[in-house]
Amino acid sequence: MDGYNFAYLDEQTKRMIRRAILKAVAIPGYQVPFASREMPLPYGWGTGGIQVTAAIIGLADTLKVIDQGADDTTNAVSIRRFFARTTGVATTERTADATIIQTRHRIPERSLRADQIIVFQVPIPEPLRWLEPRETETRKMHALSEYGAMHVKLYEDVARHGRIATAYDYPVMVGGRYLMRPSPIPKFDNPKLDRSPALQLFGAGREKRIYAVPPHTEVYSLDFEDHPFEVQKWEQACALCGAGDSFLDEVIVDDRGGRIFVCSDSDHCGERRAAGHVGAQPDALGQPADKVAP
Amino acid sequence: MYVAVKGGEAAIANAERLLAEKRRGDPAVPELSTAQIEQQLGLAVDRVMTEGSLYDRELAALALKQACGDQLEAVFLLRAFRTTLPRFGASEPIDTARMQVERRISATFKDLPGGQVLGPSFDYTHRLLDFSLLATGGEPPPPAPLGEAEPESMPHVLAMLDREGLIESEIDRRPDAPVPDITRDPMTFPADRAARLQGLARGDEGFLLALGYSVQRGYGRNHPFAGEIRFGAVEVEFVPEELGFAVSLGDVAVTECEMINQFKGSATEPPQFTRGYGLAFGHCERKTMAMALVDRALRARELGEEIDSPAQDEEFVLYHADNVEASGFVQHLKLPHYVDFQAELVLVRGMRRAAEAAAQRARPLAVAAGEE
Repeated sequence: MDGYNFAYLDEQTKRMIRRAILKAVAIPGYQVPFASREMPLPYGWGTGGIQVTAAIIGLADTLKVIDQGADDTTNAVSIRRFFARTTGVATTERTADATIIQTRHRIPERSLRADQIIVFQVPIPEPLRWLEPRETETRKMHALSEYGAMHVKLYEDVARHGRIATAYDYPVMVGGRYLMRPSPIPKFDNPKLDRSPALQLFGAGREKRIYAVPPHTEVYSLDFEDHPFEVQKWEQACALCGAGDSFLDEVIVDDRGGRIFVCSDSDHCGERRAAGHVGAQPDALGQPADKVAP
Repeated sequence: MYVAVKGGEAAIANAERLLAEKRRGDPAVPELSTAQIEQQLGLAVDRVMTEGSLYDRELAALALKQACGDQLEAVFLLRAFRTTLPRFGASEPIDTARMQVERRISATFKDLPGGQVLGPSFDYTHRLLDFSLLATGGEPPPPAPLGEAEPESMPHVLAMLDREGLIESEIDRRPDAPVPDITRDPMTFPADRAARLQGLARGDEGFLLALGYSVQRGYGRNHPFAGEIRFGAVEVEFVPEELGFAVSLGDVAVTECEMINQFKGSATEPPQFTRGYGLAFGHCERKTMAMALVDRALRARELGEEIDSPAQDEEFVLYHADNVEASGFVQHLKLPHYVDFQAELVLVRGMRRAAEAAAQRARPLAVAAGEE
């Protein structure tokens, strides 16, 4: 794009972000403050993830961007278009082909590899924020590993509801030291964070924080001995591809309460269908929307 | 019935085309030029420059045009442009005592050296719609009569109080320390006053207005006097390293407000007046007054005052004053949240099933108890 540097940010800014990333990798789960820039996309729409991606992306990379697990959601389209315009690098919808995956709210179903980096968009990086609104206090709590308040919160859930009533953004301990917010992924995805061979980077633009889970790092979802951590299960399988072990989106198909369940990870679902797997209602959502003419 | 689940590239491209059409409006009406916006909607331009943190009237006017007049959107456009600009260095501090004053008023003294200069102001206009402005193409208004020649200098009102020792001195306690730059370093708390003032200067006018108002209504207990408000042009000077002396880069128009507040004194300090400070690009009196009130409220910790109101809480004020951040995050709720909502649905359905089962188990007991 004329008048702008490769990947929009100037090189000095990218170096500053890379230094923050290196520090984050060195201290797994620790939130590193960084001088987040204004981006041409609004705060809260992925500016942290975009800055991290802009700082690490190179000409040889292949970028995949997903939102809610899908490549064709509007914001994923917008961010992918932004990088296509500002870097000219190849983009893909295939998880297996990507070297960098920027995501909002999901981790792909397909296991990631050591040569892949996943970049999470983070709205609120501080896991203790709903318990303590002040940054000065929460930083102290992290410094002292003072995480009792979170255990009490989870215990109160159990006492009141008979279970831990947190369905997404489920708190984890990273490397046995720092309490971390995995970003609003469903807790279904938490096990994928644990000892992943891929580097996992988290960027919060508005809150100006970067943190990381280096490859093969232990990520433990908080629980109690008598209330072990468990993930969501569905009684249904994906209507399109028949998958019984993926995260399902509920789609309301009419105004009489009719609904079907489909894979939230559109690439996973597409791959399965291409391999011949068929669900109960393979034509329920019609043909994929036509792509805009180039 | 087909339900569109996910948007796509075509939808986005079409939405942008529709926006361009809406922006232009009825093609029978002549298109607005940025020069017209700059000249005739000057106060809108000033606000966009201030909160966009970039002094460029033409680009601010362009941002307003592109944003269909939406000020916060225009501020956002200007910020996203500003962030890509290289830094040559920091200018010398501007000297507002040497301002070419267009307006200067004090609410604390009836008359003062340099006099009260009303300048262009809405203050004493009656807010009656002027239907004559409905017509365009008329003669421009006749020039206003000129006052007497401006005095050479217009000393600050607060400097006069300072000479008597009645007000705290505004001295740079660490003149050699680098000035923080909140656009290059993330804010840390407790924040330095210079960093706070930067945050307030680019902070949302509406937010600061409400906070300043809350201080006046007792949330922060500070009785302020508008010591002085001045508006005019000041020279910006820069010292290039290779020259070693200051060269003038040009003039910028700024509004400055200095508030005078009471201070009861402490064990070590006698009672004296304290200051709150506001500065903004262009002509923005409401903004600078609100800023000065909030600046003073945020000095509670430094002055040993009790902190019990929102305007005194620097994390609360500084984390929420930036409208580019706030607008982005509030509006991100428009983005899809299917996955999180689905996770919540699974949870709530599970909890409801458990509650129903518990109720069913309890029912025979209740019936049995009722029969007794």
